Amino acid sequence: MPHYLISGHLPDNFDPSTITEAMVSDIHALNAEMDAAGIRLFAGGLEPAGMAKTLRVQADGEVIVTDGPYLEAREHVGGLTVIEAADMEEALAWARKAVASSRMPAEVRGIFYVPRPGLEA
Amino acid sequence: MRDVTKTIEAVWRIESTRLIAAIARVTRDIGIAEELSQDAFVTALELWPEEGIPENPGAWLMKAAKRRAIDWLRRGRMLVQKHEEIARELEWQQQQLGDALEQSLDQVIDDDVLRLMFTACHPVLAVEGRIALTLRLLGGLTTAEIARAWLVPEKTMGQRIFRAKKKLSEANIPFETPSGDELRRRVESVLLVVYLIFNEGYAATSGEEWMRAALSDEALRLGRMLAQLLPDQSEVHALLALMELQASRTAARRGKEGEAVLLPHQDRSRWDYMQIRRGMSALEQAQELGGGEKPYALQAAIAACHMRARTAEETDWGRIVLLYDALLQLTPSPIVALNRAVAVGMVHGPAAGLDALDAAAALAGNSARAGYHLFPSVRGDLLMKLGRLSEAREEIQRAIAMTRNLRERELLENRLKQLEIPDNKNFPGGL
Repeated sequence: MPHYLISGHLPDNFDPSTITEAMVSDIHALNAEMDAAGIRLFAGGLEPAGMAKTLRVQADGEVIVTDGPYLEAREHVGGLTVIEAADMEEALAWARKAVASSRMPAEVRGIFYVPRPGLEA
Repeated sequence: MRDVTKTIEAVWRIESTRLIAAIARVTRDIGIAEELSQDAFVTALELWPEEGIPENPGAWLMKAAKRRAIDWLRRGRMLVQKHEEIARELEWQQQQLGDALEQSLDQVIDDDVLRLMFTACHPVLAVEGRIALTLRLLGGLTTAEIARAWLVPEKTMGQRIFRAKKKLSEANIPFETPSGDELRRRVESVLLVVYLIFNEGYAATSGEEWMRAALSDEALRLGRMLAQLLPDQSEVHALLALMELQASRTAARRGKEGEAVLLPHQDRSRWDYMQIRRGMSALEQAQELGGGEKPYALQAAIAACHMRARTAEETDWGRIVLLYDALLQLTPSPIVALNRAVAVGMVHGPAAGLDALDAAAALAGNSARAGYHLFPSVRGDLLMKLGRLSEAREEIQRAIAMTRNLRERELLENRLKQLEIPDNKNFPGGL
């Protein structure tokens, strides 16, 4: 079954103290619902974009690591969920619920390639 | 306009189970609960294209279904006013109604979904009725889709679903999760239904190809759902493991021309290793719960032996024989004995395999054996390995006459062709 990434975006100046109890319980409820529906493969929240490291390959092949996000923007991905869904339409139906529970705008993208590493014991 | 319809259908697919389950808590009749929920869905189809999709579509549908449930209870109350006892019962129900429905709007209702599953798979129903109801109520499949998957006319499937609902209603089956010994028995029934759905999709005996894939996916989804809802039941995790491990080979089971590719010849890089890992961890969970020796766990452990081998030659057939021995003790079925014979042939050579196959055939008796093409097919393989080619040919021909599956017939015909070349004794056999 196809996999989809639902990524929620947060402003960089997001103030965690604005998170309400209702919001937290809504997000937990949706996670539980996704698990009960057997569709959630992975979910996680990200550290603030300010804590990101960015890697760039120079012309000579050297890799330079700098502090901060790759793109300068006022909003960055704050959390993500990977789900299995029959099609984009179904993924969108779940994303609607994600948006309602997290109060964050979200982006949905199909994952068209899943690497298949060998089985390590 | 069309996009809105598609959106509504997708919303329905992901919401219908919880919707029906919550309404059934009040109506106590899953057939009625489904009808009322369906009514709400139809209203959405009428209103949303005009008014736009509501902010919280799931809650909207729940509210609409709730209104219908209240109406239904009132109607019912007027109809049965003469039956005082029932009327009193309904009065009580109606009192509960408001609270229960309000709660179901914002409460996690996993318990309801579980009750729905147990009711749809109730042993009072014939197995085919349980399967149809499960797909309809927990899979969100339409009657037409279920009919297509089972190659029966839509009308027949509609009647099957109708009869199953009626039977539940007439038998007064309570909408509840059983406990104690009853729970074990009922979990068995639920797992059987899920596994039959999976196998119908996976074993490809009939039906359209994409519909079958949908069945396997649906069974997997139900399996994951059950693992979440019944985390203490080892066989729930074991069945999930078995399905994940088998499904992980799906892409490798077809060759470039769409032909069937058997396990020993599969390109193992095409297996889905993420799914294998999920299967392995579900199996571990079953074993940690102390259920390692139960039927689904043993079957999953056998599948795991295959998945662990990087090449067919590395397969630990010795361990597979031991697992089949244990499985045969629990479920002395001819199919298990047949698979064991294949494994014995791999460990102790084709002559020993033939002996084991004779034992399996004895277990099957004449009638069952006559209808199952794998017996002559496996016998043909073993005879071929012993160099008894003309006997092998006869067996393969018998197998061809018995199979109804086009892909399997192709496979057997190829094997027969190989046998026509007199000095080819090395054609690989086995399942």
